[in-house]
Amino acid sequence: MKAPAFSELARRNRALDWLAATGNYLWSGWGSLASLFIFLAIWELTAQSLGSLILPTPREAFATLGQLLQDGSARDDILITARRALLGFGLALILGSLLGLLAGISMTASMMARPLVTLLVGMPPIAWLILALLWFGAGDGTPVFTVFIACFPIIFVGAMQGTRTLDGQLKEVARMFQLPLSMKFTDVYLPHIVSYLFPAWITALGTSWKVVVMAELLSTTDGIGAALAVTRSHLDTAASMAWIVALVGSLLAVEYLLLEPIKRRVESWREFASSNP
Amino acid sequence: MALVGPSGCGKTTLLNLAADLLDPWEGCIDCRFERPAMMFQQPRLLPWKRTRDNIALGLKAAGQPRATRHAAAETLALKMGLTADDLDKYPSALSGGMQSRAALARAFAVQPDLLLLDEAFSALDIGLKSELYQLLASERVASGCAVLMITHDLMEAIRLADRILVMAGSPGRIVAERAIRTPVAERDEDWVFARTAEFIRWPDIRAAFALPERA
Repeated sequence: MKAPAFSELARRNRALDWLAATGNYLWSGWGSLASLFIFLAIWELTAQSLGSLILPTPREAFATLGQLLQDGSARDDILITARRALLGFGLALILGSLLGLLAGISMTASMMARPLVTLLVGMPPIAWLILALLWFGAGDGTPVFTVFIACFPIIFVGAMQGTRTLDGQLKEVARMFQLPLSMKFTDVYLPHIVSYLFPAWITALGTSWKVVVMAELLSTTDGIGAALAVTRSHLDTAASMAWIVALVGSLLAVEYLLLEPIKRRVESWREFASSNP
Repeated sequence: MALVGPSGCGKTTLLNLAADLLDPWEGCIDCRFERPAMMFQQPRLLPWKRTRDNIALGLKAAGQPRATRHAAAETLALKMGLTADDLDKYPSALSGGMQSRAALARAFAVQPDLLLLDEAFSALDIGLKSELYQLLASERVASGCAVLMITHDLMEAIRLADRILVMAGSPGRIVAERAIRTPVAERDEDWVFARTAEFIRWPDIRAAFALPERA
């Protein structure tokens, strides 16, 4: 019997592929680290020539951040901000993906949605923030809503484009081989849609982090944004930079430790396709 | 059975009607085949599935468990000249010929009683073509399924078909029919050349393909 030997081989190949992909990913980290250090060097140089009142050196910023983290107050603020950002982002992710899929299925719906989406994308988050302040006051509601409304159109458009660009030829294949509806979705539609959805999710996540801080700066008394407002009023540039580092660092962590590995896993077929032509 | 005719005369439309991919505007289709399968003009493999899963697609749709359908796909793929290594690749890593083999295997995997071929071999080189012809002929004998192939390559039709229908355009209609009695296995190259030359002299075929009248 040859068949078991082949499936054994297949399993081994798959394990090897997975190892290779993981190794590849970790190795590509060196490149990112190198460019990160170049950035820090430029920051250091600029700081030295401008003086620490205008721009503190990276070492000062990191030291202040370390202190803030040791106090324990920073951790709470970061968690509060992360909660608000992720809540708004999560809502936008669920609603945007679902509605975008539905809009993509129907030609009429996508034509009707287009101008609305343009309107939503064009509306600056600060305008939404003002409205949210009027509607929700100074609480969690304002930053969560602002994040949601800023992320929603990005994800909606991604989902809609993904559904609209489905390959009619592959649909015919699905029909020819009598794929049941659930399988049509998981095996034919979803892999294609995900390749549009994922970049949209990542863009929206970045947006959520930026918008939440802006909203907090103007509307709340806790969170990274509020802390930034305090450091600004104290003219404490070192602490401001420390908070900014915390903000960017947490975004990088979520993107590269969570979303990017998932994306690589889901889209491994693209990776392998390009690596052995 | 082969259906030949000029481009745009409605061959693919007819095939899509037979495959139930299109619904007729008027009239009805009397189809007593239970399990049609189709090989399209392009291989149309799902780019995000490995070759093994692509071949087993129809079997998965039929609800076969993973191990069974993979074993069936492997057996068929090896018969079609794919290697075990190819089965683990994604379609974009396969050559055009290998993709066509996989598409043919995918069609045969569901054990169809009617196989529809839509100019499936038109993009391949002559060596690959003749190899796939042999695979097709032997699988057809083994499975006993009916085959309806569309082609504008007359030699391909004469090489493989028992009956040839000639179609002409605007309005799309069948203008000639011809049966070939010689068994497929006995048709060698000289025979195919001779018959094609003979076939192309027919007045209604010349008319269907808009060839100039012979003096």
